[in-house]
Parts: sequence; C-alpha cells; structure tokens
Amino acid sequence: MFLINCPFCGEREQSEFKAGGEAHIVRPKQPTELSDDEWAEYLFMRKNIKGVQFERWNHIHGCRKWFNMVRDTSNDQIKAVYKMGEKPPVK
Amino acid sequence: MKNKYSIFSLIKNAFSYHENWEKAWKDPAPKKEYEAVIIGGGGHGLATAYYLAKKHNMKNIAVVEKGWIGGGNTGRNTTIIRSNYLWDASAGLYDHALKIWESLSQELNYNVMFSQRGVMNLAHNLQDVRDLKRRTHANRLNGIDAVYLNTEEVKKFCPIINTSPKIRYPVLGGTLQRRAGTARHDAVAWGYARGADEMGVDIIQNCEVKGIKRIGDCVEGIETTKGFIKTKKIGVVAAGHSSVIANMVGLKLPLESKPLQALVSEPVKPIIDTVVMSNAVHAYVSQSDKGELVIGAGTDDYVSYSQKGSHDIVEGTLNAILELYPIFSRMRMLRQWGGIVDICPDASPIISKTSIKGLYFNCGWGTGGFKATPGSGDLFAHTIANDEPHKLNAAFNINRFVSGDLVDEHGAAAVAH
Repeated sequence: MFLINCPFCGEREQSEFKAGGEAHIVRPKQPTELSDDEWAEYLFMRKNIKGVQFERWNHIHGCRKWFNMVRDTSNDQIKAVYKMGEKPPVK
Repeated sequence: MKNKYSIFSLIKNAFSYHENWEKAWKDPAPKKEYEAVIIGGGGHGLATAYYLAKKHNMKNIAVVEKGWIGGGNTGRNTTIIRSNYLWDASAGLYDHALKIWESLSQELNYNVMFSQRGVMNLAHNLQDVRDLKRRTHANRLNGIDAVYLNTEEVKKFCPIINTSPKIRYPVLGGTLQRRAGTARHDAVAWGYARGADEMGVDIIQNCEVKGIKRIGDCVEGIETTKGFIKTKKIGVVAAGHSSVIANMVGLKLPLESKPLQALVSEPVKPIIDTVVMSNAVHAYVSQSDKGELVIGAGTDDYVSYSQKGSHDIVEGTLNAILELYPIFSRMRMLRQWGGIVDICPDASPIISKTSIKGLYFNCGWGTGGFKATPGSGDLFAHTIANDEPHKLNAAFNINRFVSGDLVDEHGAAAVAH
C-alpha cells in the first residue's frame, strides 16, 4: 500500500495502478531465429530482485498510460518514476 | 533416542510442572562439512531433511535457516490441505502429499492436528460450474475423492452460507473433497524438526546464507553469517527468497515474489466446521481450534519482499466474505499479516535439478505450498539423493519453461493462484 506519482496524473493510490513486471526486457528483433532457451529467457525468466528494481506500471484506473518506475522491493519505497522511452535514471 | 510423546509422558511431566521436557531439537554450531545442506527451515525444508535422513540414509546433513524455523510462510498460511487439482501431474503430486498427511502424526509422534473436515469450492457463475464439474470428473479418474454439489447441497453442508439468488455472485454449486482439511502449521515444522534432529540432522537457526561457492559447474559450499560450510549438495527451499539465492550463482528463475495476506478474527464458538473456498470472489474461510475465523485473501500484483500487503486486497476479500456469510457482519478482525510467495508463470511448483551440479531448487509453490509439505519434502529428498527426479515430480522440472511442457494450473485448479 503506497502512493504512486503518475507522470501524467500526479500522486494517486497504488490500487489505481496495475504492475506490469520487470522493465527494459527487449522484445526480440528476429523472433523466428530464437532458440527455445532464448524464448524461455524472454518469456519466463525474471531477476525478481530484492532491492532496487526497474518496473513497468499502468495507470489502469486513470489515464491508462504505461510508465516506468524504480522501486525498492524490500520496503516498497519508490525511487523514481519516468515515462516510456526515457532513459532510466542511474542507480 | 528421544522420549516418546504419550499420555504417560504428559502425566509424568505434569508432576514437575512441565519444566523438564526434553528439548525437541538441539541448537548446534555448524560443522565444517556436510553431505548435503538444505537452505530454508520451513516445513518443506525440514521435511526434505527428515526424508533424506530417513529414506536415503543421509544423516550428515544440515538445515540452515535465516530466522527461526517455521517463521516464514509455514507460519503465515491458512493451513488448507487438499489434492483436487485438474491435471494428472498435479493430482499425483498433491495426492501423494495428502496420503502422507493421513498418517503423519503417528509417523512423527507429533500431533500435527490434521483434520479431514472437507474443503468445499464454490461456483459463482456458469463457467465456474462447468470448470468445477470438469475438475470433479478429472479428480475421480485420478482416484481423488470429489463430488459436485448443487446449491441446496452446499447449503446443507454449510448452513451459514448465503445461497440467496439475489446476492452479487450467487452460489450456483460447489465441489467437495471430504479427505481434504486443515492441519496445525507450526506443528508440522516442529514435528519434522524433532524427527530430523533425532536422526542426527543439524538444524542451524539465525544463519543467513550470503553466497554460494562453486568451482566450475559444481557447488563447493555456502558462505553464511556463521562461516563457510563445505558441501557438495545444496537443496534450496527458500520460498519467496528463492530468486535471491539463485541470483547468488547467476541463475535466473521463472519466479515473481509477491505479498499474500491472511487474517484471523476474534475467537468465537464453533460456527463453521469445514473449509470453504471461493475462487471467483477470492475469499477462503475456516475456523481454527482456538475459534478464530481464518481468512485468506489474494496476492498483490507487484513484486515485493516487504511481508505486508495492500489494504484494498483485504477490503475486497472481506466484502466477499460478508456477502457470502452475513452472520459474520459484526465480527472483529484480530490480526492481519503477509507472507512472500514465489509464483511461477504456470502456478505450478519447481522441484528440480539445475544446470549447476549439486544445486537443487524446490520453489514456485506460490499461494498453495502448505498442503504439499510432506510430499514436497519426500520428492525433493529423492531428487537430491539420487540426482534424478522421482516420477511424481519429473513434470515439475525447471526445463519445462524451455520445452513449453507447462503444468498450467492457473485458474484450472480449484482456486486462483
């Protein structure tokens, strides 16, 4: 339970948002060339970090836009919020 | 040899005001080397050690636990035990566990308070009805007891349920597994710890793993807060923290760790003598022997290791509980807590070897691991001792995420994971 500063709408309750998992997983450019191992890595394997993690979130009950977040998963403190396509702030 | 717990030992110890009971397990300092080390002293980890010693004659082993045994998800779940899973692989796995539960108290000489009070799963829409009927047939083909109940039969089995057609999600029917039920969660950890300790297993508490040493593709030992421990076999049973251990050796797992909440009410006289689970509205309720209502809620949808969940999740669950059981409207909730559950994309567990020799993982139990504790320990011990999976956990290997042969219990099981 925490507040999220949506880059488009401002500060709202976390329950208005949907978590979209780990950020900056690059979609394969040539899907037909991928091996099964590479598909598994892309689809299923996650860092699942205890500590500072980069994530995607969607403001589903608000502007419905996607954005990125840097959050400490050990205490749910948000370090930074930035728009899709923007460079992640350095740790 | 430990003194056997019995009515006579109870009477004998009553004369000394219960101050001279023998310690159920020792508190040893870690040795320099073990044949195998289990990381994680929850129910699954302690059961693994117990069966390694008992069935595979590996006595020079240790369980290392960051906090105290049974203090993680073992002490935080809603103690529901059932085996009515849809797919053959899951049915085999969970029913193996249920069969061990049925004689576990006798085997361990420790009362785990296993109570086969039945678990009922409710259907609230037409798709639920179809899914639950299909699952009932699948269960019976696998030799698992299951019956489908219509609304009147649900009401008869648990009279306090509101079966009015006017509620938001009316009860259209349900399934019942009579062999299912509950057990005392702490007792499971303590019983296995006592049994393992008796066979020579070292249970080392307050010992956090800081790193895993390996040479080439073989493990060599673990760095802990109590020093280096040499071992050739490491079984990781760290639940929500499995990825933390995996990251130490650069291994990625298909897991996300999320908070799952539960809460209990003030104690009241017996009012509900079974377990009722409701998938569609995410509300589970049973009553403990102390009289508290034990209520399970859903998971938050973001990764967190904070062991606390969001208020809106609890609110949603209690809304559903009150709609289904108006009689609870003036109950007060006593305690609420969260545990960190490790969830696989297919909501099935991993009991598997890894690409690193001597490193084994038992994880991904998600929201439903407690029920599997004895079976999980038994099969993981087999996997570690033989370096090969048992036929019952062969499907639950880590490689299924590469081959695509998933055991997709998401939504297909009796309850959403």
